Amino acid sequence: MTRFLSDSALERLREAADAPDLTGTRYQLVSKLGQGGMGGVFCVEDRELERKVALKVISVPDPDGAWSARLLQEARIIAKLEHPGIAPVHDAGVLPDGRPYYTMKLVQGQRLDEYVAAAANLSDRLRIFLRICDAVAFAHAHGVLHRDLKPANVMIGPFGEVLVMDWGLSKFLRVADSNGVTSKQNSGVGGEGPSAHSFRQETAHGSVLGTPGYMAPEQVRGDAKLDQRADVYSLGALLQFLIADALPVPKPLTAIRSKALASEPGQRYPSVPELATDVAHFLDGFAVSAYPEGPFAAGWRWIRRNQVWILLLLAYMLARTLLIFFRPR
Amino acid sequence: MWNFISGYTPLRLTEMTHDTSIGGERHQFPSTRFSLIELARRGNREERERALDTLISAYWKPVYKYIRLHWKKENEPAKDLTQEFFLRLVEKRLLDQFDPARARLRTYLRLCVDGLVMNEDKAAQRLKRGGDCSFLSLDFESAEGELGFLQIAAPDDPETLFGREFSRSLFELALHRLQRECDEKKKSVHFQLLELYDIEDGGRERTYGEVAQRFGIKPTDVTNYLSYARKEFRRIVLDELRSMTASEDEFRHEAQTLLGVKP
Repeated sequence: MTRFLSDSALERLREAADAPDLTGTRYQLVSKLGQGGMGGVFCVEDRELERKVALKVISVPDPDGAWSARLLQEARIIAKLEHPGIAPVHDAGVLPDGRPYYTMKLVQGQRLDEYVAAAANLSDRLRIFLRICDAVAFAHAHGVLHRDLKPANVMIGPFGEVLVMDWGLSKFLRVADSNGVTSKQNSGVGGEGPSAHSFRQETAHGSVLGTPGYMAPEQVRGDAKLDQRADVYSLGALLQFLIADALPVPKPLTAIRSKALASEPGQRYPSVPELATDVAHFLDGFAVSAYPEGPFAAGWRWIRRNQVWILLLLAYMLARTLLIFFRPR
Repeated sequence: MWNFISGYTPLRLTEMTHDTSIGGERHQFPSTRFSLIELARRGNREERERALDTLISAYWKPVYKYIRLHWKKENEPAKDLTQEFFLRLVEKRLLDQFDPARARLRTYLRLCVDGLVMNEDKAAQRLKRGGDCSFLSLDFESAEGELGFLQIAAPDDPETLFGREFSRSLFELALHRLQRECDEKKKSVHFQLLELYDIEDGGRERTYGEVAQRFGIKPTDVTNYLSYARKEFRRIVLDELRSMTASEDEFRHEAQTLLGVKP
């Protein structure tokens, strides 16, 4: 039997081989949403609850089980992070074809890069940035590093929801206790976790997990001892992306960005809330810690922040003056 | 035919006349627990011949098309070079020099082909000395016919071209095996549904009722049967691929390429 496969047949067969086997599950395949190096994301219909959800599944063989473990780790991490800025996980398991999967909320809307290209003024963008910071700070508070923050991993929902997506590279932070003993902050998953294992494994082969341009220098180097300042750097790169076309960029904002993007972790904001506080202060017209200002600049900022009250006061004083001079005697 | 090699007794190729039967009956294939590369290097004679048989069945079309498209060789020289390449693979034990730590098997074989074509004159002289003897019985006419169907005549970089043709060859072998296994399990309809939907693209404009009526099954069975065939297809493709890679790392990377998953 001779069978020739056309290019289009080849593509269909690739899709067929990649499609998750949902036989006997509550899910029905609707469409493919995206593909990463480890797994694919599909839109599936949950027949029990009559709603569409996103299903993430390992696409390629996983002989040593490292990627399967990492997917499960990812699902457990997201499950732990119950926050309005993080899409919730609904279910996890193994499909009939043996591939591990998890389902999560199907987020519809625009990616941050698409959203920013369409509109949004600087203030709106900075408020979105603050909500990204909220979600990342929440994750840090629960001992989780994202490690892949970038515009493509932030979704803006139709009602203005801001969701930090793709926690596939996330890992648990390691913290030192009062005795200086390093341990994993959350012990529920067990051990160091495959995420960290995979990180070392990948870096040993010369590749680094993350996205160039958004990775902190220590992450690019493959440093295994990353902390929340690596995400601070990525947030700085995100901030840079958001203000890139704002001309001129106010100096305090430039200083905030530069501090977040410092090459040395020690020179960055030590935590995300401190970065967010500076951005919020900038939005509200207060002094920012990253930008030491002189008396003139401080006075001018004070005037701008209180310009309504100052104008009202000036108007009141003008009215009183006029009354003094022109009041009928 | 393996009649060009002294002291080498063919196991099954002597009985074959078509390219797609080169792989022979798959129940004779070595366990996928063992890499074909290892068996081709270190197995006993029978294991080695079977392993080479399988590798040749997967690679001969990609090699021929690569010579035709990338090196822009005419039909007859391309046939000769393809024969010469596999002759060297067997006689000179090219796989013994393959180092999985340095390259994928697919890349290594492509580079060997490049080396052969660049020394084309020597190869031509050797073939001349050997007269018209053919090393393998390969259906070059079908491979030549396939070239006319390719949507991209001279595509991309050499690695992409060779990789794409290897994917096509492997999928063809997997389909052949899937059809045989489905027939053995009395599940021919399952395979026919895969053919309809994924090879011919003829199922998407029909309702499940129409498809079910055509095959004499219940409409609810259409998706179940199709899911089964796709699941088995994936299993067989990965099974075949695994046997043709030298390490788990290479297997995973080749699977990414094969399934169109960006690494």
